[in-house]
Amino acid sequence: LSCKVLSSVVTPCYCFVSPQIRVKPDNTGVVTDGVKHSMNPFCEIAVEEAVKLKEKKLIKEVVAVSCGPQQSQETIRTALAMGADRGIHVDVSGKDYENLGPLQVSKILAALAKQEDAQLILLGKQAIDDDCNQTGQMTAALLDWPQGTFASEVSLEGDKINLVREIDGGLEHIKINTPAVITADLRLNTPRYATLPNIMKAKKKKIVTVKPADLGVDVTSRLEVLKVEEPPQRQAGMKVETVEDLVVKLKEAGRV
Amino acid sequence: AAKVEKTECDSIALFLCRCRPPDVVVFPRCVEEVSALAKVCHKHRLPIIPFGTGTGLEGGVGAMKGGVCFSLRNMEQVLDLHPEDFDVTVEPGVTRKTLNAYLRDTGLWFPIDPGADASLCGMAATSASGTNAVRYGTMRENVINLEVVLADGSVVHTAGKGRRPRKTSAGYNLTNLFVGSEGTLGIITKTTLRLYGIPEAMVSAVCSFPSVQAAVDSTVQTLQAGVPIARIEFLDDVMIDACNRFSSLSYPVTPTLFLEFHGSEQSLEEQVKTAEDITQSNGGSDFQWARDTETRNRLWKARHDAWYAALALRPGCKAYSTDVCVPLSRLPQIIVETKEDLIENRLTGPIAGHVGDGNFHCLMVVDPNDPEEMHRVHLFTERLARRALAMDGTCTGEHGVGLGKRALLCEEMGPVGIQVMQSLKDALDPNNLMNPGKILQREEP
Repeated sequence: LSCKVLSSVVTPCYCFVSPQIRVKPDNTGVVTDGVKHSMNPFCEIAVEEAVKLKEKKLIKEVVAVSCGPQQSQETIRTALAMGADRGIHVDVSGKDYENLGPLQVSKILAALAKQEDAQLILLGKQAIDDDCNQTGQMTAALLDWPQGTFASEVSLEGDKINLVREIDGGLEHIKINTPAVITADLRLNTPRYATLPNIMKAKKKKIVTVKPADLGVDVTSRLEVLKVEEPPQRQAGMKVETVEDLVVKLKEAGRV
Repeated sequence: AAKVEKTECDSIALFLCRCRPPDVVVFPRCVEEVSALAKVCHKHRLPIIPFGTGTGLEGGVGAMKGGVCFSLRNMEQVLDLHPEDFDVTVEPGVTRKTLNAYLRDTGLWFPIDPGADASLCGMAATSASGTNAVRYGTMRENVINLEVVLADGSVVHTAGKGRRPRKTSAGYNLTNLFVGSEGTLGIITKTTLRLYGIPEAMVSAVCSFPSVQAAVDSTVQTLQAGVPIARIEFLDDVMIDACNRFSSLSYPVTPTLFLEFHGSEQSLEEQVKTAEDITQSNGGSDFQWARDTETRNRLWKARHDAWYAALALRPGCKAYSTDVCVPLSRLPQIIVETKEDLIENRLTGPIAGHVGDGNFHCLMVVDPNDPEEMHRVHLFTERLARRALAMDGTCTGEHGVGLGKRALLCEEMGPVGIQVMQSLKDALDPNNLMNPGKILQREEP
């Protein structure tokens, strides 16, 4: 399958290094100032898969895309250091970025896919900051392409793709046509570390910046966040001596 | 009201000597709070027990005389990363895995990897080491600066505040005085660490040998050949057998070396070829190597599971790790004599070792409810330590002195050495408040 791959949406996403995530005092969102951002872990897996496919000479080119403010370019650089060939930074900042959701991102990706004549879009299954798990599916719908989501194994066979999906009931084997959208699940691969020599080489690779308007996409959100609040404090548990005590306590609490 | 928190009793030093919780635990959030609390303790002559992750193996966090435990887990910032200078400063709540996850995008890492996901400041306090010390060194070589709160609350920067030159000859080496001091000289509240570039590529290999001598000879020759090997781990036949049973593997049941090479693609080919030739010339067999992550992990599975495989030999028992370190040339002899000792005394002690450093661990699997067996283990560990001392080695390569090795330290250092250490302790902590009862034995009046 000789094609270009529009690789993962590398969304700068809250890295788990930071201590507790805190809700803003006005309950409009979470505090993002000073919180370390880095590539979404599932997107790392998607980038790794794309690079592996290129190393097997099954695809021609890997393009890394990220939507966000200036800092998103750092995540594109990481993807380039992992082996992507070039990057596209879709510049969205300020209020637009705060309200950027899966629908707008998938419109952007669909537009880019057409512009770049991509045959394969690889994304992480979900971002670990919003856990939406929608972008891949929406992108496929907008392009009217088949989708292979929660992929734990991917293999190309001629112009078709064999996929194993991790689903609640077990593992599902499907075969889909290309062009297609694939979203990566945890066990698809173990992403490589960006090494210093590769980071240096990546500095010479190109990143192009575009605006959503250039792609004909309107990023106005159709959702309004009403309130963000912390989950209720966890109450202390209670120990009981016997199973009978447990049943009594559960009945008292109206749970059975 | 005093708040008491239980400390984990999973080290034999603690379960030999009973769990010793402190009277109070405090959770300072910054060095100013640590200093203020230390001043309070100093005024009231309360013992101070610093606590990072509590993963030390020598009873370091046991509060022998009660007192105040300073749990530093809320100071968890990674400060001041300088990728171009290869250094970073961290607070005590940052563990080694957390730091490496933080550093991922920079192409840098901190390679020292003791078994647990330990606090980096705690690792500085115990002068920790890991499986790749043969290439990257231990904490002693990789701590550039420390911020320490002393027993009276004063705050010292061991290399000067904010300083991070790669080398220095300015004054006494205070940094390495506190590295390995196990909380007995001060509370470490920041450490500045030396970072390394993540290797471009890694290759792992496994090789079986007909004897311990053959395995160690291969190690020495590989180092002499100038191969910058990153990890050489040794597992004896008992350990390999345990791993085969635990993980359903089929390694040949003989002394085995697990090797790892770091470098560029070209240099790796050369390194592996040289090592393979050396192992073959020493009677090594079944040399296998792998480049990709998944196969490398499979090859090294035995080494990764060693602790659990040892425990699984006797379900219901606990494990204690010995930690002697000798010059490389003495390693075959000490391992052979130690294995004879184990058999003679009917003890279960599979061996795993960082053979490139001359350091090995007997994982003593013992029934904690059998005082006779516990006693036999205790005597065995003393004989082992003395065997190592007699071979110009040390009673502790990585784990520290803590509670259980204070007498051995006296034998190792000799009276004058111990006196010098005691003088330093008296100078910095005249009231013996800092983690009393560790490293040095004090004559109780």
